[in-house]
Amino acid sequence: MTEPTHTQTGERMELISFRIGEQEFCVDIMSVREIRGWTPATPLPQSPGFVKGVINLRGAVLPIVDLAARMGLAVTEPSERHVIIVTRIGDQQVGLLVDAVCDIITIGGEAVQQTPDVACETVKTFVKGLLALEGRMISLISLEYVLPELRVEATGAELAA
Amino acid sequence: MDPLAAIKVTFFQECEEQLAELEAGLLAMEEGDHDPEIVNAVFRAVHSIKGGAGAFSLEDLVRFSHVFETALDRIRSGAIEADQEAIKLLLRSADVLADHVRAARDGGTVDVGRSQAMAEALAALAEGDGSGEAEADAGDDFGDFEFKPVAFDMGEIAAEPAPTSATFNVRFYPQAALYQKANESGLLLRELTRLGDIEVELDTSGLPMLAELNPEDAYLGWTIAVTGENLTETAVREVFEWVDGDCYLDIAQTGVAAPEAPFEGASIDAMGGEVDVLALIRAAQEAEIAPAPTATATAITAGPAKQKEQALDAKAQATAREASPQTIRVDLERVDRLIDLVGELVINQAMLAQRVAECGLQRASSVAVGLDDLEHLTREIQDSVMAIRAQPVKSVFQRFPRLVREIAAMTGKEVRLIMDGENTEVDKTVIERLSDPLTHMIRNAIDHGLESPEDRVAAGKPREGVVRLAALHRSGRIVIEISDDGRGINRSRVKQIAVDKGLIAPDANLSDEEIDNLIFMAGFSTAATVSDISGRGVGMDVVRRSIQSLGGRINISSRPGQGSTFTLSLPLTLAVLDGMVVTVAGQTLVAPLTAIIESLQPKAADVKSLGPNAHVIAIRDSHVPLIDIGRSLGYRTVTPPPTEGVALLVEGEGGARAALMVDAIQGQRQVVIKSLEANYRPVPGIAAATILGDGRVALILDIDAVMVPKPHAAGATTSGADAARPASASELPLAMAG
Repeated sequence: MTEPTHTQTGERMELISFRIGEQEFCVDIMSVREIRGWTPATPLPQSPGFVKGVINLRGAVLPIVDLAARMGLAVTEPSERHVIIVTRIGDQQVGLLVDAVCDIITIGGEAVQQTPDVACETVKTFVKGLLALEGRMISLISLEYVLPELRVEATGAELAA
Repeated sequence: MDPLAAIKVTFFQECEEQLAELEAGLLAMEEGDHDPEIVNAVFRAVHSIKGGAGAFSLEDLVRFSHVFETALDRIRSGAIEADQEAIKLLLRSADVLADHVRAARDGGTVDVGRSQAMAEALAALAEGDGSGEAEADAGDDFGDFEFKPVAFDMGEIAAEPAPTSATFNVRFYPQAALYQKANESGLLLRELTRLGDIEVELDTSGLPMLAELNPEDAYLGWTIAVTGENLTETAVREVFEWVDGDCYLDIAQTGVAAPEAPFEGASIDAMGGEVDVLALIRAAQEAEIAPAPTATATAITAGPAKQKEQALDAKAQATAREASPQTIRVDLERVDRLIDLVGELVINQAMLAQRVAECGLQRASSVAVGLDDLEHLTREIQDSVMAIRAQPVKSVFQRFPRLVREIAAMTGKEVRLIMDGENTEVDKTVIERLSDPLTHMIRNAIDHGLESPEDRVAAGKPREGVVRLAALHRSGRIVIEISDDGRGINRSRVKQIAVDKGLIAPDANLSDEEIDNLIFMAGFSTAATVSDISGRGVGMDVVRRSIQSLGGRINISSRPGQGSTFTLSLPLTLAVLDGMVVTVAGQTLVAPLTAIIESLQPKAADVKSLGPNAHVIAIRDSHVPLIDIGRSLGYRTVTPPPTEGVALLVEGEGGARAALMVDAIQGQRQVVIKSLEANYRPVPGIAAATILGDGRVALILDIDAVMVPKPHAAGATTSGADAARPASASELPLAMAG
């Protein structure tokens, strides 16, 4: 759906990197509102399996997306050590459930490498590009497709099944 | 938004208020209230609209309001009598005026023919007594209004020489201190015009050359000759009371006084406010003070703004007996933000209370007592904040007199609308969504409820039918009643139609109440011929649905030959909801209390299987579907024995009933409604969310959605109730995931 995008060269960007299982990912820091510990979520009926439910974020109802499950990895069994990254996607706020937050990295746009052409659709959908940093490989996540929209509900249901 | 556009927006807002006032005044006149103040208020309303319209060059609006105003002025001055015919004409004219205002605001067009006919009728009314004066008014040059929108023939009336007039010569030379204290000579001069006719002479002799002019100093002086009926020196001096000592003031009587009436001198014509501006402008022109900077500025700004201010003054005097409270306009967003914050405060307070309780503190401990106080305070703040959003239902009700007139004209029926409790307040969100259902019900009441005048006479009733619209507060809800004194519901016909349309079995044995309630079923419309008025393809089922979507209920009671009454009961706000907090499969859910009829503990003998998956429960003589909320929401796949849980007997929007199985009831609570769509999307079976005292999110059930059997769940089971509401098929949630 998305073309792997090259950020304009020379432009510095700050990213927050986090870990899911053995893999490391990152998102643009500008879309991150806050980071908080896991609190039990109220499950939403008839929602895709990667939607853990909703929590109370200072009076607002915040949906929590299990990013691992969303990307086709193992479903997370959340514990107090898990972390919720509260992000802003369009007009909505969404919490991303991840294993741990690693650090803040500053890179130039040219450091983002094109995603290698792998067969996995999920990778193509969510990974905008790759970063190589001190021998680590970090996938840059594109957030627009994290929350299922009504029209992609069927896909969501399949993922959940 | 550029400033002019902003002013224009305000003008149109004020127009709405003026139109409402106009209509209210005319209706009061129709009721036989001949208080001259009401006529004045009506006149002022049209006058203000004309004034503003002139300022914005809204030619059509100016033209029509001018004719209207002329007619009203003739009534006000007593030249023509406002009989019932005239008032009916004025009411219809008010409708056309409203159309003009809306056309000017929204860029639409007005029914030219109707407007023209109405304008001619008004002109004819104004010339009713054939006086030449009226013709002079009608022939007034419209072009004037662009420049002095307040100008009108009032000057002539006010200038009429009174037999007992007195003239005072006032020499008024302000000092710099007067202006420093934010006083304004122009206002004082204007104030003088309230006392009578004035002639102003400007003395510019003190004005230095421009180079020497100190902008903060005062150089101008005025000599004013005030001529007024029963004018006294005290009255004149009072005008300058606030600037005493900051100006040179000399007041001398020059004219011939009428000594026999010294006391009533201060009596002011309530309309004086509008006279003066013209007088001031005229005086200014006569005095040829155009070159004097401050003076011209005053004269020009004395246009619409001050005229309005003045009109408000006059209104304040006029309506002193109603003591209209002061108001401010506030951006709705700010109010909503405040409501959100208070909602969070309530939740936080509840969380705090729970934590304290968990600590095992004594109830009498100072912390617990302090928390109790906090709770009271929080509730009070919440109520007060909700009250900010509350508005009188008047804003909806005021549309109906016109609606009634129009429908009455279309159906050839004679209708009197009586409105009660217009000041009953309810949340703005509720008000906005009341308009359509009420409109529909009033249409129905006239079209179906009331008989034709001939039939009414034959039935021994007055020709004129009465539709009554009343609002009142009752136990934390607003109740709105729409009643008519028409023929009532024809039960045998209603039942026949229901049978014909397959809504009920031919041999169904229904009580009168049940028959009356059939009209709320989808696909039911008693109109034999689809009329333009009520047969718009929607029936009472739509009304019922929209009322229920507001968390409300609707009831009908009808007595043959005497009329019908529809009673709506609605929550005062959509921001909070009275709910039953229940536990299902370890989850806490909230069921809206309005949908719940009763809760009961099912007995094993009452629960019966129907088909492979479905269960019904016998409640008294009827069998209703038994729905396990836990399964229907996908929390569990195996239903525990019904006898271990609690069944909530609920009624959906179509009137269909079901028993919802939950594990336990925690209690009743008022909850703050939070949207799921804001950050997520609609969830089938869930209406919204809320935050409970423990800080966790609880989901609010969408009763109607959970009542609908899922397509794959029970095969082709379709109950009679569902057949009656085919529209709901499109609302069906998609099949459950997993």
